[in-house]
Amino acid sequence: MSAGGEAPVIELKGVTRILQEAVPVTLVRDIDLIIRRGEFVSVTGPSGSGKSSLLYLLGLLDLPTSGRVLIDGIDTSGYSSDRLADVRLAKLGFVFQFHFLLPEFTVLHNVTLPMQRLGRLDDDEIHARGMALLKDFEIDDQARKRPDQLSGGQRQRVAVARALANDPAVILADEPTGNLDMRNSEIVQGIFADLAAKQGRTVIAVTHDKDFADSAPRNVHLVDGRIDSDTRR
Amino acid sequence: MLWRVSMGIAAAQLRHRRRQTLVSTLGVALGVGFFVATSALMSGSEQDMVRRLLDNAPHITIKDEFREAAPQPVFIAFPQGAVTLTNTKPREYLRGIKNHGAMVDELSRQPGVIAEAALMGQAIIRYASKDASAGVAGIDPEKERFLTTIESDMVEGSLMRLKTASQGIVIGQGMSIRLGLGMDDLATVVSPAGLVRRMKVVGTFRTGNLLLDEGQAYMLIKDAQVLLDKPFIANRIRIKITDPDVAEDYASQLESRWGYRTESWQEVNRDFLGLFIVRNIITYSIVGAIMAVAAFGIFNIISTVVMEKRRDIAILMSMGFRAGDIERIFLVQGVFVGLIGMFLGWGLGLILLQMLGTVEITVPGLMDAQKLPLEKGPFQFGVGGAFALVSAVVAAWFPARKAAAVRPVDIIRGAT
Repeated sequence: MSAGGEAPVIELKGVTRILQEAVPVTLVRDIDLIIRRGEFVSVTGPSGSGKSSLLYLLGLLDLPTSGRVLIDGIDTSGYSSDRLADVRLAKLGFVFQFHFLLPEFTVLHNVTLPMQRLGRLDDDEIHARGMALLKDFEIDDQARKRPDQLSGGQRQRVAVARALANDPAVILADEPTGNLDMRNSEIVQGIFADLAAKQGRTVIAVTHDKDFADSAPRNVHLVDGRIDSDTRR
Repeated sequence: MLWRVSMGIAAAQLRHRRRQTLVSTLGVALGVGFFVATSALMSGSEQDMVRRLLDNAPHITIKDEFREAAPQPVFIAFPQGAVTLTNTKPREYLRGIKNHGAMVDELSRQPGVIAEAALMGQAIIRYASKDASAGVAGIDPEKERFLTTIESDMVEGSLMRLKTASQGIVIGQGMSIRLGLGMDDLATVVSPAGLVRRMKVVGTFRTGNLLLDEGQAYMLIKDAQVLLDKPFIANRIRIKITDPDVAEDYASQLESRWGYRTESWQEVNRDFLGLFIVRNIITYSIVGAIMAVAAFGIFNIISTVVMEKRRDIAILMSMGFRAGDIERIFLVQGVFVGLIGMFLGWGLGLILLQMLGTVEITVPGLMDAQKLPLEKGPFQFGVGGAFALVSAVVAAWFPARKAAAVRPVDIIRGAT
């Protein structure tokens, strides 16, 4: 419990998510989990163990069938979908296995979209911050290009830059290196490590990459929708 | 700010699929253009027809008849009587409007009312062994000028010469040609009463209406009274008022006051006016169908975009865009297509109107070719534009709702 002193950012209390289909599918069952500020947590487990489902619940993209999700200590159960969207906009940033960049927009515009939606900065500030984020990931020279003109590694870095646009406390990543070659995978891993270590952000990354998982100080291992182990190094 | 972001995304998506956007925009433009053109033509020709009706005839005509035959005195005395008299012969009376002079005086005293006592009848006009049957109108030339357009239709001579010439007659150009009866010639006029008079042609007119030009003659009312053997009698009071739309009400007031059958122009032309309604329904349903097809075009393109953009919608939502933002993105696309379609449609409408304006047609019954009557008012453009916008918004609304209902986790889970 090395990070025990920090305040919890996301807290799951007895969270169960059951997909109501012809045969109900239990994605995760009875999860209790506290993520504290500045933690870098990797989530691992065999496929179908509920890693991604857990991440969606942590990121307010999905709602639990039972149990509660607390963000910054505040219970979000009963929030309207608009309010959940507002929380995601301001506090959470997502990176997925696929970059999910909007193909019609330039790289820069993809990164600035969340800032425009939030509307906290004016146009010049948004532009400056967008460029700064791209520069951090050494892709500022690609700013005017469209996503399909970039390599896979570059696109994923744009996606990370976009996730950081509104300076969120938490970055949630779902197999962020899953589609990348070795070299790019290492670059992206390095970025996540830096986000946690240097910028003090909370990073939660689902991965099946052993190296990536081991690079995180804390690892949550899921089996069959339950936490099998929660280890810190 | 929010609108700007949504509009930026909407514009980018439309730009990205330029061709489909163009096609659906052109669909709307066609709808609006044809709406403008057909509706201008329809309401133009309707107004033209109504104007002709109003100009060529009095607004209200009081006739020397009654709407219903007068009841037999015995029925008035014993309305519940058990015995019915059959084969009773109605009382004969001298046709004509009683006391028409006083009626005309009284009507003329009212502001905006022009009233004229006239005597209508039939006669045969003979000249050099040719003859033609004609409707004879005994009129007051000074008032007739205001009641119909006859004065402006004069080809030779004038209506006013009836007053100066003794026993003058004004005939249509068609009749003049048929009988070889020219200006200042003496025609023989034979009435059903058996009277024969020689009258001098003091004017010819051409209205363009074959029926009038070949079969109508005008003379002073006193000459008509002599010719038809109806001294001091008038069988029509013809009235023009300032606002033709109130003619119907005014006519029924006059009828209940004096009892004589009083017909407004609306009553006389009821079939005709009814035809306009049918015609408008047909026109607007066809144009409406065009707009509906255009709306389906918009629905189609936006539905396709929504289907194809499910991933983008999901990522926008995971980023923190609300369902309402997503709905707005697609609504804006519909409005955009509607707006551009509207402007293009207005342009197309103007071009169509320009083209229609050069077409000349010959209407049966009218001798002169005439330009298509077009009404180029703001109404056509306004309604066409509103129609386009509303249908675009409605067409975009359904797929936009569907887009807003996307659950991002379903898409992302499926994609990963």
